[in-house]
Amino acid sequence: MIDRSHIGRTTEPLVLDVERGHIARFADAIGDPDPIYRDEDAARRAGHPRIPAPPTFATALRPRDVRAGMGITFDRVLHGEQGYELRRPMYAGDRVAVSQRVADIFQKSGKAGVMDMCVFETTGVDPATGEVFFVGRATIVVKR
Amino acid sequence: MSRDVNVGDRLADLVKEPITRTQLVRYAGASGDFNPIHHDEPFAQAAGYKSVIAHGMLSMGFLGQYVAAWAGSPARVRALSVRFKAITWPGDVVTCKGEVTAVRSEGGRRLVDLKVWTETSAVTGEGTATVDVS
Repeated sequence: MIDRSHIGRTTEPLVLDVERGHIARFADAIGDPDPIYRDEDAARRAGHPRIPAPPTFATALRPRDVRAGMGITFDRVLHGEQGYELRRPMYAGDRVAVSQRVADIFQKSGKAGVMDMCVFETTGVDPATGEVFFVGRATIVVKR
Repeated sequence: MSRDVNVGDRLADLVKEPITRTQLVRYAGASGDFNPIHHDEPFAQAAGYKSVIAHGMLSMGFLGQYVAAWAGSPARVRALSVRFKAITWPGDVVTCKGEVTAVRSEGGRRLVDLKVWTETSAVTGEGTATVDVS
C-alpha cells in the first residue's frame, strides 16, 4: 500500500509559459476545430484579448511530479476522476506557476480487490500576483 | 449570452471521429502524458489490456470542446469534472452528451450547471460542468 505519510507533500512551483503553438497542438489532438485556438484574429473577433486555452489545457501545464518516490508505476495506475475549477481564463502569453500537492491517500475495495486511491491537487497561479488560474484534482487508482 | 436556458434542456450531441492510435500519440505529445499504456502496445498488453487505451483526459478534452462550444467561449467554462467509468479504445466513436441541471445566480453572475457524459457502447465518463452565461 502507499504510505499515507506522503499526504501534504508539495512540489516547488514551476513557472511555465502558455504558448500559442502548444494551444494549437492541444486543440488539434482533441480534434476541436474552433479557429480561436489557432488564429489570433478569430480569437479577437470572438471577444478574447489573445488566443485562449481550451478548458482542459491545464493538464498540459505539467508541474514537477509529486509522485516521484511514491512507488507508483505506470502499469498499475488508472485515472479515476478529474476535476477543474477554472477561476480565470488562460491566454497565450500568460505565465503560470504550477505546483502539485498530495491531497489524500486512501484505500477502496472494488471488483478488483483493494486498491490505493491517491488524490493529487494541482494549482496554477499568476507568478506575479498569486491570482489563481485553476485548481485541478486528480484521483488516481493504483492497483496492487 | 442572453438565451433561454431551462433545467432539463438537453444539449445537442457531439459525435467525435473514431479514436486512432495516432491521435493518442498526438494527445500524449500535446498534454505531456507519456504513460506508455497509451502508445506502447507490448507495454499495454503486459499490463493486461488487449491494446493501448485512450487517455481519460482525451475524453475529458472532448467534453471541454463540447461545453465550450455550448457556452460560446472557453472563458465561460468555470468548472469541469469527470469520473472515468470505462476504458475507451482505439476505434471507439465517442459521443458527448449533456443536460442542464440548474440555472442559478452567484455573486451577480448567472450560472448554469450541466450534467455531461461520454458514451461509446457504454458510458465511459460522467461529470458536471458550470458555465457562466451572464
